Amino acid sequence: MDLSVVDPVALFVGLVAAATPLLFAAIGELVVEKSGVLNLGVEGMMIVGAICGFATAVKTGSPALGFVAGAAGGCVLSLIFGVMTQYLLSNQVATGLALTLFGLGISALIGQPFTGVKSPTMARLEIPVLSEIPLLGRLFFSYDIVIYLGIALVAAVWWFLKFTRRGLVLRAVGENHDAAHSLGYSVVAIRLAAIAFGGACAGLGGAYLSLARVPQWTEGMTAGAGWIALAIVVFSAWRPWRVLLGAWLFGGVTILQLNLQASGFLSWLQSLGIPAQAQYLSMTPYLITIAVLVVISADGSKARSNAPASLGRTFTGSG
Amino acid sequence: MLRLEPRTETKTLIQALAPAAAVLITMVVGGLLFAALGKNPFEAIHTIFIAPLFDPYSRTELLIKASPLILIALGLSFGFRAGIWNIGAEGQYVMGGLAGSAVALAFWNVEGAWLLPLMAVAGIAGGAAWAMIPAFLKIRFNANEILVSLMLVYVATLFLSAMVSGPLRDPDGFNFPQSRLFHDSARLPILMEGTRVHVGIIVTMVAVLAAQIFLTRHLFGFNVRLLGQAPRAAAFSGVNAKRLTVICLGLSGAMAGLAGLFEVAGPIGQLQPSLPVGYGFTAIIVAFLGRLSPVGILFAGMVMALTYIGGETAQFALGIPSAAISVFQGLLLFILLAVDLLTRYRVRFVRRGEV
Repeated sequence: MDLSVVDPVALFVGLVAAATPLLFAAIGELVVEKSGVLNLGVEGMMIVGAICGFATAVKTGSPALGFVAGAAGGCVLSLIFGVMTQYLLSNQVATGLALTLFGLGISALIGQPFTGVKSPTMARLEIPVLSEIPLLGRLFFSYDIVIYLGIALVAAVWWFLKFTRRGLVLRAVGENHDAAHSLGYSVVAIRLAAIAFGGACAGLGGAYLSLARVPQWTEGMTAGAGWIALAIVVFSAWRPWRVLLGAWLFGGVTILQLNLQASGFLSWLQSLGIPAQAQYLSMTPYLITIAVLVVISADGSKARSNAPASLGRTFTGSG
Repeated sequence: MLRLEPRTETKTLIQALAPAAAVLITMVVGGLLFAALGKNPFEAIHTIFIAPLFDPYSRTELLIKASPLILIALGLSFGFRAGIWNIGAEGQYVMGGLAGSAVALAFWNVEGAWLLPLMAVAGIAGGAAWAMIPAFLKIRFNANEILVSLMLVYVATLFLSAMVSGPLRDPDGFNFPQSRLFHDSARLPILMEGTRVHVGIIVTMVAVLAAQIFLTRHLFGFNVRLLGQAPRAAAFSGVNAKRLTVICLGLSGAMAGLAGLFEVAGPIGQLQPSLPVGYGFTAIIVAFLGRLSPVGILFAGMVMALTYIGGETAQFALGIPSAAISVFQGLLLFILLAVDLLTRYRVRFVRRGEV
């Protein structure tokens, strides 16, 4: 086994990049859930964002336009969910599942001519002086601009929910939609806005996957990232900064197992007579998700008291 | 302005017509989609929905595709009624197929009439055991069964891939990641000469009947419906929600596992990494399209199977991409959920200010 290929600085840099798609999707979903809506269609919105972003970047040659298109794609898809659940009062769980199935299908359909195509790459943001500091420069100032935007978005969501009047109203709608309604707030409009924001975030996360992280288009390339993002929201107990922590945790697991696969760890295990296969390492992000969910949910009183009280309940407007 | 009023009673006719209306609307919207792709919409709809019904071979293939969908959807419908969301049926299907195959491969040089029943038991046990993981984590730690069961789909698919390229790989197969071919006594008997129609289809039909009886004539069915509609009332009447969670998840896992076994021992005849083709997810649509009722699921499974068969034909006859079919299926679920509105609410016209 050759552990020398595992460079801790490279590991951290890789972790931050791997966490970014999850970070976008999860912070968006956090806002949606804070408004009392459970949108299980994150996976579908992410993959639609991935293909919209990729296709646009290839056609226009501009990654920036790609990200805009990714966000727009996710947003449009989420509005289908919004109209269905807010106006047509459909079941949120079933509609979210439909959104994911539909998103996976439509992305494959749009993406067919783009398989195997290369996208324009995004330059790293070179910050004068800062990027050149040894070690620290690589650790903190060697990323593309979208990564910084992701972290800024977490800060913005935290500030919005905690310190602004609109954030308070959004939380009120999520805690008790009947009370918010009788105070004169438009529950449906606020929720639609939150859903659209969540969709745009998931679309951005997907676009980061296809434009920066991989960077190419393959069918079903999100491979459960949207579902992991949903788990991160539970892990965060609906607190923005813990979303960042959760995304980095999962980014770390992903990068660690990829590095272990590359380091010859498996052939070392095999030489000891253990039937190790790469597939077992690939399972780890999913297994860790389950483990994390168990640990968080086991401490029931704490997790539940933080969950928005109206989460997943249909608002009929008649009180 | 338009206003929605909850219906005090739901008319059975509307209940039954809504899925049919949803299918029709999906055809229209799908036609528009094909037109946007530059295909003749009428020809596409005809190829997908009508032509397979008039071709004898397609008709038998319809049964083969519908059978796993119906079997899995039946299992899911119990949980969905009780508000227990098992969306990892795809993983349970894989584990059932895997467990059954392991038995078949363990006895690859032994023949006997006992082998198939033993494989079926292994398939059922494999699927049920896989579903017990989210069930246990739900009742013991309150972990969300939606996320856990879904994560386990990825784990199961990777496990299948590890098995067919490791312990269960065909030793004479030039390192190709698939198992030995099963011999005849590990294959499901064929019912009709010259087709792939197998015994599993009869089992599926029996399962539909059994599910209908359980749901409408047994206390278990009543408790399931009660838990879904009024959890508090269920608790007061002594329904043990934890036990019902375990039973519902176990049941759906067992049926998905059996469907997986039927697939490997029926049409495929060996263990392949391509076993999961999304039946477990499509079955969710089937369950809803069938209104969670066994007889409804029977019809819904047939309609969904039709889109698979017709979609394959449309792929090579009209050059419609295979992904268009999954768009179609997702669209169907959307439209169904939207049409459902009219079964639960009625639209009243009210003048402004009168609200």
